[in-house]
Amino acid sequence: MSAPRRFDAMSRFNVAALALGLAFLYLPIVILVIYSFNASQLVTVWGGWSLRWYVAFFNDEAMLAAAATSLRVAAVSATLAAVLGTLAALALTRGERFKGRTLFSGMLYAPLVMPEVITGLSLLLLFVALGMERGFWTVTIAHTTLTMCFVAVIVQSRLGGIDRSLEEAAMDLGCGPVRAFVAVTLPLIGPAIAAGWMLAFTLSLDDLVIASFTTGPGSATLPIRIYSEVRLGVKPMVNAICALMIGAVALTIITASLATKLSGRRGGNAAPM
Amino acid sequence: MSGRNLFTRPARLAAIAPYGWMVLFFLVPFGFVLKLSLSQVANAQPPYLPVFDLSAGWRALVAAASVLSLDNFRLLLSDDLYLAAGLRSLTVAATATALLLLLGYPVAYAMSRLPRRFQPLAMMLVIVPFWTSFLIRVYAWINILQHDGLLNQVLLALHVVSAPVVWLSTDTAMYIGMVYSYLPFMILPLYATLSKLDPSLCEAAADLGSSPLQSFWRVTLPLSLPGIGAGALLCFIPLVGEFVIPDLLAGSDAPMIGQTLWLEFFTNRDWPVAAATAVMLLAILLLPLVIYDRFQRRQMVRP
Repeated sequence: MSAPRRFDAMSRFNVAALALGLAFLYLPIVILVIYSFNASQLVTVWGGWSLRWYVAFFNDEAMLAAAATSLRVAAVSATLAAVLGTLAALALTRGERFKGRTLFSGMLYAPLVMPEVITGLSLLLLFVALGMERGFWTVTIAHTTLTMCFVAVIVQSRLGGIDRSLEEAAMDLGCGPVRAFVAVTLPLIGPAIAAGWMLAFTLSLDDLVIASFTTGPGSATLPIRIYSEVRLGVKPMVNAICALMIGAVALTIITASLATKLSGRRGGNAAPM
Repeated sequence: MSGRNLFTRPARLAAIAPYGWMVLFFLVPFGFVLKLSLSQVANAQPPYLPVFDLSAGWRALVAAASVLSLDNFRLLLSDDLYLAAGLRSLTVAATATALLLLLGYPVAYAMSRLPRRFQPLAMMLVIVPFWTSFLIRVYAWINILQHDGLLNQVLLALHVVSAPVVWLSTDTAMYIGMVYSYLPFMILPLYATLSKLDPSLCEAAADLGSSPLQSFWRVTLPLSLPGIGAGALLCFIPLVGEFVIPDLLAGSDAPMIGQTLWLEFFTNRDWPVAAATAVMLLAILLLPLVIYDRFQRRQMVRP
């Protein structure tokens, strides 16, 4: 009985809304990638296919240095964020009550929507007050602070979906809490932690505002360099850099979804968010 | 059974590291912003006065504290520039949120009506652009909207316009960028609510004689209000303080408050006024932030 009704429900209007919505989301990115292969010096005139802007990027040492800084910051901060965010999620879902729990969850949710200019400025002032030299570590700490909240939310939603009787069974069979966590909980939330790490990595790679506030001389990240180029107008080389970053993200997502498929359907909804 | 208290103590221990981290790197810094917003700009390193020096002793601290003043806030309130920036931020964020709702709702609704097995794929397709860089997504629109960009080329070729239209550095461009960048944040909470709606409710409405439009208006829409609220907050709050999108896509004549803060800090190097602007922005956002936090906690209790 539900088959014809389902067909009715998927009316023409819905199809159009979905198609237009997805086209709106993807078309600009596709256009950007296509134009990154443009041979012409002018960004708007099509001069045939070429890789010259990719070559230009790999010969631009300042850009390459910024890319290396960005990757290092992203890798370190995502790892720190994965550990801290997972601990925070455990504390919120498994710890029944502790003092300051409300403050804790508030502090974890606020950065998700807090305007970046505020987070950036306040962290900078802390670093100045502590007398920390601004550079790699200050940006990394700043990114960890932001991204661990995203990890906490993702891992928390996964922890909420796990049957707690599994952990209880392990403990009834003589496992200590830590052993029960490592043997039972960790494998179950593994995909969520991995998804959290990847999201933290891409968010860090992406961030302009917080990095601008907290960085110091000599450690400009890739978005900072791109931003200063873009302010002066569209540059073909920036198209190529952006296309490379999009390609990297696409590759990561495909690998991740293949990995979760291969690791069996047990993982349930290991979707990235 | 002991099962109730399982993990409680280790979980408390687990909280120590992230708790300490967030207090040090999220909560404490606001104290510094507040203190700086009461300080004076100075030609020094760091560029403000007074600087509290704990080693100088109590008397010096008191002397430094007595220099704090509300001058920066007086400046913010007396100069139309800052008030206008605050007001513009609110209107822009509200307009963009309304546009996001208008565009996001049909997409989320269509997603929730897809056959079950296609829904995860649709969700994935909406999330993926969110994983590509924010800056890149804004930049992609500069490519399209510039004077001899693709949009003008297409419009000219189709003879819709006879001369290139100025898109870049206008509010239109800014709204396009905002809707584009925040669309997944609007669609996902809406979809989460709509996909949990029991379709039999709409069927009941239809059986009782209401047209599809009526049953949408009187059943679906009221039941999806939580999703609308979540999506609107998730977009509105960061949009008020948005910097990158208005900076790259909008004109420079009427800056938003995030741009004012950035300008004071990086261009004028007036850190105290930048801090005061941050306090003002935070004050504007306090009410929606509290609502957002309540909302999150309610969702956490009943996932």
